[in-house]
Amino acid sequence: MSELQQEPTAVQGEGRWLLGDPIADDRAPDSPIGDRWSDRKFSARLVNPANRRKMTAIIVGTGLAGGAAAATLGEAGYHVKSFCFQDSPRRAHSIAAQGGINAAKNYRNDGDSVHRLFYDTVKGGDFRSRESNVHRLAEASVNIIDQCVAQGVPFAREYSGLLDTRSFGGTQVSRTFYARGQTGQQLLIGAYSALERQIAAGTVEMHPRTEMLDLIVADGRARGIVTRSILTGKIETHLADVVVLCTGGYGNVYYLSTNAKGSNVTAAWRAHKRGALFANPCYTQIHPTCIPVSGDYQSKLTLMSESLRNDGRVWVPKERGDSRPPNSIPEEERDYYLERQYPAFGNLVPRDIASRAAKNMCDAEQGVGPGGLGVYLDFKDAIGRLGRHAVEAKYGNLFEMYQRITGDDPYEVPMRIYPAIHYTMGGLWVDYDLRSTIPGLFVGGEANFSDHGANRLGASALMQGLADGYFVLPTTVPNYLADGPFDPIDESHPAVVEAVESTKGRIDKLLSANGNRTVDSFHRELGQLIWDQCGMARSKEGLEKALDRLPSLREEFWRDVKIVGTGDGFNQSLEKAGRVADFLELGELMCTDALHREESCGGHFRVEHQTEDGEAQRDDENFAYVAAWEYGGEKPGSKPILHKEDLEFSYVHPSQRSYK
Amino acid sequence: MRITLRVWRQKNADAKGKMEKYKLDDVEEDMSFLEMLDVLNEKLILAGEDPVSFDHDCREGICGSCAMVINGTPHGPQKNTTTCQLHMRHFKDGDTIDVEPWRARAFPVIKDLVTDRSAFDQIIQAGGYVSVNTGSAPEAHATPVDKVSADDAFDAATCIGCGACVAACPNGSSMLFTSAKVTHLGLLPQGQPERQTRAISMLAKQDELDFGGCTNVGACAEVCPKGIPLASISRLNHDVLGATLAGARAD
Repeated sequence: MSELQQEPTAVQGEGRWLLGDPIADDRAPDSPIGDRWSDRKFSARLVNPANRRKMTAIIVGTGLAGGAAAATLGEAGYHVKSFCFQDSPRRAHSIAAQGGINAAKNYRNDGDSVHRLFYDTVKGGDFRSRESNVHRLAEASVNIIDQCVAQGVPFAREYSGLLDTRSFGGTQVSRTFYARGQTGQQLLIGAYSALERQIAAGTVEMHPRTEMLDLIVADGRARGIVTRSILTGKIETHLADVVVLCTGGYGNVYYLSTNAKGSNVTAAWRAHKRGALFANPCYTQIHPTCIPVSGDYQSKLTLMSESLRNDGRVWVPKERGDSRPPNSIPEEERDYYLERQYPAFGNLVPRDIASRAAKNMCDAEQGVGPGGLGVYLDFKDAIGRLGRHAVEAKYGNLFEMYQRITGDDPYEVPMRIYPAIHYTMGGLWVDYDLRSTIPGLFVGGEANFSDHGANRLGASALMQGLADGYFVLPTTVPNYLADGPFDPIDESHPAVVEAVESTKGRIDKLLSANGNRTVDSFHRELGQLIWDQCGMARSKEGLEKALDRLPSLREEFWRDVKIVGTGDGFNQSLEKAGRVADFLELGELMCTDALHREESCGGHFRVEHQTEDGEAQRDDENFAYVAAWEYGGEKPGSKPILHKEDLEFSYVHPSQRSYK
Repeated sequence: MRITLRVWRQKNADAKGKMEKYKLDDVEEDMSFLEMLDVLNEKLILAGEDPVSFDHDCREGICGSCAMVINGTPHGPQKNTTTCQLHMRHFKDGDTIDVEPWRARAFPVIKDLVTDRSAFDQIIQAGGYVSVNTGSAPEAHATPVDKVSADDAFDAATCIGCGACVAACPNGSSMLFTSAKVTHLGLLPQGQPERQTRAISMLAKQDELDFGGCTNVGACAEVCPKGIPLASISRLNHDVLGATLAGARAD
C-alpha cells in the first residue's frame, strides 16, 4: 500500500467522490527550471555495472517509450524482461503515428529554443501540465533526433543533405521532423531494432503475445506482474526488482477511435486498482479530421493528417439538411465556418477548436453524409491554385488512403471528415522521476499523465514517448534500483498467490457467464455512451446520466456476456472481454473526473463553462491542479478519492487562448 | 451483398485444418474485409460456435498484423493494399471468397488464420540494426545524407513485416523482407560500418530458419502492400557478394 492509502483521511466530497489529502511532486529539484534535469541527473544514484545484471526490470509495452526503455536499460546491463500482447514488438501502436516529432534544434534559425518549445507545450496544454516535466521534455527533444539519426531513422532531408522540418499546429516555428506520413513507423522501427539487438545480446528477454493482467505489490513495492499467454492461455507470474508500464492510452474506451484494436487500459487500470493514482482521466484528445463512420459495422476510425488543413477548406451547406451532392452546391450557399469564425487562424485552428466547431455545425443540422455526421474538406481551390500535380505531390498518399476506404476520389469530390478520439492526455499519476504512487512502479509514454496538460500539441506524443524511454527512465529507474537488492520473493508469497488467484477468478467468471450478448455489443454501447456524454462537449446533466447508467451496464456485462471457448488456448473473445471489463470501470472514473472539473480547458469542454462567444472558459483560481484519483474499492457505491496536486506556473503565465 | 466465404479453420498448431463454408447475406460495400469477418464472428458467437481467429491491430495498413490469403493472393486483389484496407466494394454480390492463412514452412499456423511470424524478428536480431547505444549519438547534422539516398532508404524502410512476400513465394523465401532492411541501412552513412557483416549475418540466419531460397520469381514484390521493389534483392546479393569477396564473416 502506498503512503497515500495508509492514512484514510478522506472527507466527504460532492456525493460521487471523496476528497483526500493533496499530493505533490517532491522529485524535481528546487533549482531554476533550466537546471533541474541536470541537477536531478547528478543527484540520481547509480548502480555498479557488475551489479546491474543481478537486477531485473519488467517493462510492459514495446511502443516508443517501452521499446526505447527496454533497449536502453538492456544496453546498460540490467536484466530486462519485455512484454507485448502483439506477435512482435514492432507492431505496437506507436507505429501508426503519421505527422512527425518536435525538437528544439532551431536548424531553421527561426527563433526556436528549448525554452520556446517548453513555452508552446505548456500553453498548448492550456496550463494544466507540470512545468518541470515539460521543460525536461523540451531539453531531451534535441538528443532524440541525434539518437534516431544515428540508428538509421530515414528522416526527410533537403537537397543539402540536412534534415527537413515542417510546421504543426499551435506553434510559429518549423520544428517538426518527419519521415513522410510514417514518422511513428520509422521511429518505432528504430527503437525496435535497438531492442532486437539487446535480445540478441541476451540482456532483454522478450515475451510477445503475452498480456499483463495484474500487478504484484508485495510488502509495499511493485515486484512483478501476472500474465496470460495469448497462445496457450497459461497464467504465469514474472517477478522483478522494478516494474515499468509503457502501455499506451485508453482511447478505445470510446470503442470507435483511431487507436489500434488491441490498445487497452488493462495494465494501467490493474495498477490503479492496486494503489496507483490515475490522473486527469477526462483529458482526451479529439482529432478533427478523421474519416466518418459509414455504418453500424464500423470497427475503427482512420485519421487524415492535420497537414491537410494547410490547403483544404472546411465547409458545410448554409441550409439545414441540404442533401445535394457537394459539387452542385454553389459557392454562395456554402458556409466556410472556420474561416468565418476564426479569421486569424482560419482552417488551421488547434485540434480542440476545429473539432468542436464541426460538432456545432452537425448539431445545427448542417452536417453532411450519413446521419449528418460529417463536414467537407475541399481541395478544389488548392487544385485550381497549385494544379493537381502539386497537390498530389504533397498529399498523394493520404488521398489514396481516403479513396481506398471511402471509394470517393478526393480530387473530384470534397473529402468528408468528422472528429474522432485520437489520444488521451490523462493516465497514471507520476512524479518528476516517472514514479507512480506505488514504490517500484514507473510509468512512461501515453500511459502516464505528465506532459501534455489538457491538450496535446501535434507531433509531441512521439517526442514524449522517446524522451521517457531513452532518457528519463534510464536515469530514474537505476536511482530506484540503487536501493536494492530487495528481499527475494517467490511464487509462494501471499501477494503473488492472491494476484494469481484473482486473475484466474476473473477469467473463470467471464467464461461462466454464458449470456446472450457479445463482448463487442457491450463495448459499442459503452463507447456510444462515453462519446455522447464525455466526448467533445460535456454537461453536468449528461455526465450524471452516464454515471447512473454505467454501474448497471457493468452488471449486465458480467451477467450477460457470451464468450465461446475456454481459457486454455487462443481465444480472442476472452482477451477482448477482459479489456472491456476494465474500460467499463475506467469510463465511470472519466465521467466522475469530467463532472468534478467545473471548468473548460483544452480537450475538456463543459457546456456550462464557456465565454460569450462559445470558447472554453478556464477557471485558474479553482482548478489549476492535477486531479489524481485513488481507487475507491470494489463494493457497489464506493467512491473514488480525489487528491489534488496544485500546479504552479513560475515561467509561463496562464492566459486565455485566442485564435480569432 | 450476399457473400459465401470458405475459411480455413484449424483448432491449433497440431490439428488438421479444413475449409469451412459460411454464408453472409448482409455485407455492405463500404465494409472493410476485416469488418466483414467481424460480422461473421458476431454471428458465430451468438450461435455458440468458435469465431474465426485472425491477427489484426491498427487496421490502417501500417502495423503489419493482418495476414490473409484471399482468393489465392496474399492480402487479396487490390495492389499496394493490406487486408485491413481492402474493402468489400471490390467484390460482387454472389461471390465466393476463399480465405486462408499465410502458407509457408517458416510461418506455422497457430489457429485458423493466425500464423507464427517470429522468424522475422530473429532475422532482425541477426543484424537489422545500427549498433549505437543510447546517449552515444553524434549531433544529427554532423553527417549529411544526400536526399536521393535518404528517400530510397525510406522507401525500403516502409516494410511492415507482414510476411506477404514469404506467403507469395513458391519457395517460401524471405529475401524481400531481409533485403528491404539491408537496403534501408546500407544506403545510409550510419549503416556503413556494419554493412558487410549485416548482409552476411541476416542471410545466414534466414537460411538457418525454415525459409526457402530465392530463385528470382518476383511474386514477393507483386504482392508487397508497401511496394518494396525487387531491386532490393539485387542490392542484398550485391552486398553479400562484396562481403564474401572481402572475407567478411557472419557474426
